[in-house]
Amino acid sequence: MSALTTELKRGLDAPICLTWELTYACNLACIHCLSSSGRRDPRELTTDEAKLLVDELRRMQVFYVNIGGGEPTIRRDFFEIVDYCVDGGVGVKFSTNGAFIDAAMARRLASTDYLDVQISLDGIDAATNDAVRGDGSYAIARRAMDHLADAGFGPFKISLVVTRQNVDQLDGFKRLADSYGAQLRVTRLRPSGRGADSWHELHPTNEQQRQIYRWLLAHGEEVLTGDSFFHLNALGEPLPGLNLCGAGRVVCLIDPIGDVYACPFVIHDEFLAGNVREAGGFGRIWRESELFLSLREPEAAGACASCGSYDACQGGCMAAKFFTGLPLDGPDPECVGGDGELALAGVSPGSAPRPAADHSKPVRPSPVTFVRR
Amino acid sequence: MPSAQAESTQLQSVALGDRALELAPRVAVRPEPFGALAYHYGTRRLVFLKDRQLVCVVEALASHPSLGATFDACAVDARRRPAFERAIAGLIESEMIRERADD
Amino acid sequence: MQEQETLENESREGDEQAELVEELLIEEISIDGMCGVY
Repeated sequence: MSALTTELKRGLDAPICLTWELTYACNLACIHCLSSSGRRDPRELTTDEAKLLVDELRRMQVFYVNIGGGEPTIRRDFFEIVDYCVDGGVGVKFSTNGAFIDAAMARRLASTDYLDVQISLDGIDAATNDAVRGDGSYAIARRAMDHLADAGFGPFKISLVVTRQNVDQLDGFKRLADSYGAQLRVTRLRPSGRGADSWHELHPTNEQQRQIYRWLLAHGEEVLTGDSFFHLNALGEPLPGLNLCGAGRVVCLIDPIGDVYACPFVIHDEFLAGNVREAGGFGRIWRESELFLSLREPEAAGACASCGSYDACQGGCMAAKFFTGLPLDGPDPECVGGDGELALAGVSPGSAPRPAADHSKPVRPSPVTFVRR
Repeated sequence: MPSAQAESTQLQSVALGDRALELAPRVAVRPEPFGALAYHYGTRRLVFLKDRQLVCVVEALASHPSLGATFDACAVDARRRPAFERAIAGLIESEMIRERADD
Repeated sequence: MQEQETLENESREGDEQAELVEELLIEEISIDGMCGVY
């Protein structure tokens, strides 16, 4: 473990960046949505509260925010908030399904300083993608990409969540990204939000995990992974990246109602550090909350202590363990050694923690049946 | 502004210690317990500065006529200066630091 | 992308003029290589 990762695990004086979900409202209903989004929460931060938060992030010298949701562009004050960030020296990267990126918006985005755009896509064809993200969502995403390209936006990102159904499409995704001069982001599915219900059907098989590992070894320098595959390092040579969990140490999540969580994949009371509306705001939570201070303590290997791979995989992902009902000081459910699968067999059905709140829209009869609870 | 390649050529012909340097315009340096984080808003690159005395040097560069003078001002021990020069050269290559035009 | 040069620490031999050979004092890190963000 290098000196750098040791320092980062101890926690920084301020996040390097953080994820900021602007709204739980969304025009889509992806079956694996980590924030269970759909309906706006009436307690959403107001425009003024959002700007006060940005002021604080500036004071703390947070370098940039990763804005998401739900669908952040649904908020009427989306550009007002974005411009306020950028004008104040806080960079903005935002994640979107692209539904509202028409030609005019694409031009506006192209003319905004320090703004990165990431379009979500989970399949290289409508059949694969729409099975997860809903009818028409593939076409929506491609249209947004075309508008960005036409507007001369420059390199945007295409971000996919790897599933059992799209693992064989990694080369295709790379070609798609290359065709736009875009950067590909390959991320791990966690059993978070609505993902808790679909994880067992969607998550890659053991053999597919090896396929992912080999692909990332071959292409990892050209793609971004959000460093979400470090649990695969137990398979051999470490993948490019920092290979550490930054939750509560380097990054965190601020949700639409101002709740601060360790990361976007653990929206649950267990990982709730506080709310920015409290006295002391975000800064106090980052520096002094019990949760974040405890995450910055050296972690215990626990049940993994005797495994030779622990240094490489570090026990995997907190969120993956938590929402599958596994203890945090034990193997990841997708442990490449198979220890996670063994442990899962001991979890009684229905006993795994449920996500904090469900912002999903009510289910209505539709031609396409989603896998939902 | 000289390109990185032109700068490295210049580095070969004139000692780094004699160059007048400064932080590149879109770089933010944020102190941390271990040293500092330097972030370039243009390139999106992030560099970890591992030594607090190095941070002092980086932040003082623009106020001194040369890197050597900055070392003096920050009381950098002569035996550490080669390592500091390697770090500064690395920061020039990462486009975090550049030569000052106003000499 | 990480760039890292690690030089071995040499033991000082009591020579005041000797250069201290240190690890590179900077390290570039890829923040996109950081788990926990979109």
